[in-house]
Amino acid sequence: MAQQASINKTLTIGEGGTIIAFIALAVFSIIVAAKAWTPEYAFHAYLFAAGSVAVVFVIFNRYFSRDAAPVPQEINGKPNYNMGPVKFATLAAVFWGIAGFVVGLVIALQLAYPALNFDLPWTNFGRLRPLHTSAVIFAFGGNVLLATSFYVVQRTCHARLAGDIAPWFVILGYNFFIVIAGTGYLLGITQSKEYAEPEWYADLWLTIVWVTYLLVFLATLWKRKEPHIYVANWFYLAFIVTIALLHLGNNATIPVSIYSSKSYIIWSGVQDAMVQWWYGHNAVGFFLTAGFLAIMYYFIPKRADRPVYSYRLSIVHFWALIFIYIWAGPHHLHYTALPDWAQTLGMVFSIVLWMPSWGGMINGLMTLQGAWDKLRTDPVLRMMVVSVAFYGMSTFEGPLMSIKAVNSLSHYTDWTIGHVHSGALGWVAYVSFGAIYCLVPWLWDRSRLYSLRLVNWHFWLSTLGIVLYISAMWVSGILQGLMWRAYTKLGFLEYSFIETSEAMHPFYVIRAIGGALFVIGSLIMAYNIWMTIRSPYAAGEAKRPQLVPAE
Amino acid sequence: MTYQTLANFAQTWGLLGFMSLFGLVLFYALKPSNKKIFDEAARIPLEKD
Repeated sequence: MAQQASINKTLTIGEGGTIIAFIALAVFSIIVAAKAWTPEYAFHAYLFAAGSVAVVFVIFNRYFSRDAAPVPQEINGKPNYNMGPVKFATLAAVFWGIAGFVVGLVIALQLAYPALNFDLPWTNFGRLRPLHTSAVIFAFGGNVLLATSFYVVQRTCHARLAGDIAPWFVILGYNFFIVIAGTGYLLGITQSKEYAEPEWYADLWLTIVWVTYLLVFLATLWKRKEPHIYVANWFYLAFIVTIALLHLGNNATIPVSIYSSKSYIIWSGVQDAMVQWWYGHNAVGFFLTAGFLAIMYYFIPKRADRPVYSYRLSIVHFWALIFIYIWAGPHHLHYTALPDWAQTLGMVFSIVLWMPSWGGMINGLMTLQGAWDKLRTDPVLRMMVVSVAFYGMSTFEGPLMSIKAVNSLSHYTDWTIGHVHSGALGWVAYVSFGAIYCLVPWLWDRSRLYSLRLVNWHFWLSTLGIVLYISAMWVSGILQGLMWRAYTKLGFLEYSFIETSEAMHPFYVIRAIGGALFVIGSLIMAYNIWMTIRSPYAAGEAKRPQLVPAE
Repeated sequence: MTYQTLANFAQTWGLLGFMSLFGLVLFYALKPSNKKIFDEAARIPLEKD
């Protein structure tokens, strides 16, 4: 202590630089807010200003309370892991997850009972739908990926996260982007690109955050104590790099004015459509697949206490997946103005994707070899294993639907919605829940979760919810597709559009019930996590030998 | 640079480049002498620290 006190405390370059940058951003934002063309855009500019002022305040506050010496990289020869940002992102994931699921339930109910639009612009389906997709994919999924990537890279590299302010900037900056995006949708600010709705200024902000994320991740890998880079980190890296490329390519827009939220994309016509679905499908491939496969490759071995089934297969899986996924996008544009060869190319690569996808699934499932009995006793592991099974199922269904003949029936119908949700709820959300259930006791130094019974309830309620959801959408989607293509003897369309909507009503109700079960499950998870963090079980308790249950 | 030159390059050297890169990956992953490295790497998450 005496030694530390003798060091003069000064602002680090990072602290000083951040303060200057955010003071500049605050001043700039206030000018933009004053001259903004629309009140909605002015509101966002004020949010930027308020956020910047808060950052300056927080950094000074932190400076006055911290030690003079920099944070040690190691304590007693062990890495001094930086878990603060991981904790924040984990809790943010739970919060945004519930928010996103609830909005999903609301719009599912709106489809069944359109009066629930309330005839208000802010609660209109068209605005709530991107709010739902962005909340679950980018807010929930994104925070899970940020939390787990920062956790896994530190643990598998035996090194403290690189950077002092940078990791916090990544986590808080990303969540600020979510707030801008989400409030923008409700207020009607959108560039109308599916899964890339935020306008130019939000995109620029995300670019800065994302590049910082890449640098923090790379710098942590750079100072690793472990010579080999574990395969999960390869998947995380592919996710970070590819999302950066996709984001830049699909958001190459020119704003009308710096005082306007409106911008125009530089691509035109079918090129724009192709860039959009190159982006859209690789958001699936690299955000919702590669990133979450990284979770699979770390958390399933860890929880099952067995090494991954085949490390060799994981390497082939990785390279095959990233080589092939990037070409599959055109299958979103079958029977459009896109050249026929490009459509066929997209279809062929989608079918080839069966191989790496199932290779990865087999690798995940076979990791349980010799430990299958754990599925009976550990609902967290069961959740993750079921997620891998759903991964296998939806990556079987996806290529099937990319075949042009199948697509001519399935495209624009609810079958697509069902497919997306078997992947999103069954695979992405389940592997995320599993990771969150693992992470919380580890991060808050608890010996175990508050209640495994509650995890069981979460598992069975939401599994029932997913089954109701996807089976309702299969029936509804195929029904819809068949009704659309039905002709009378005289060659007229047999059904009007509204007749198809009417026929789908019962399935919309079933889907909403499935969604409600999924929401209830996530609320149970939130309660369980809250109680785990509040519980007094310190990790020391776990060291005692546990009784083996009689078989 | 026209569309045609780009397409020609992609369909010849691009294809060859990617295929041989993937061949190298397979060679690295399947090379018998790498078994020890991979067995150790697979245990990285399980190590206590």
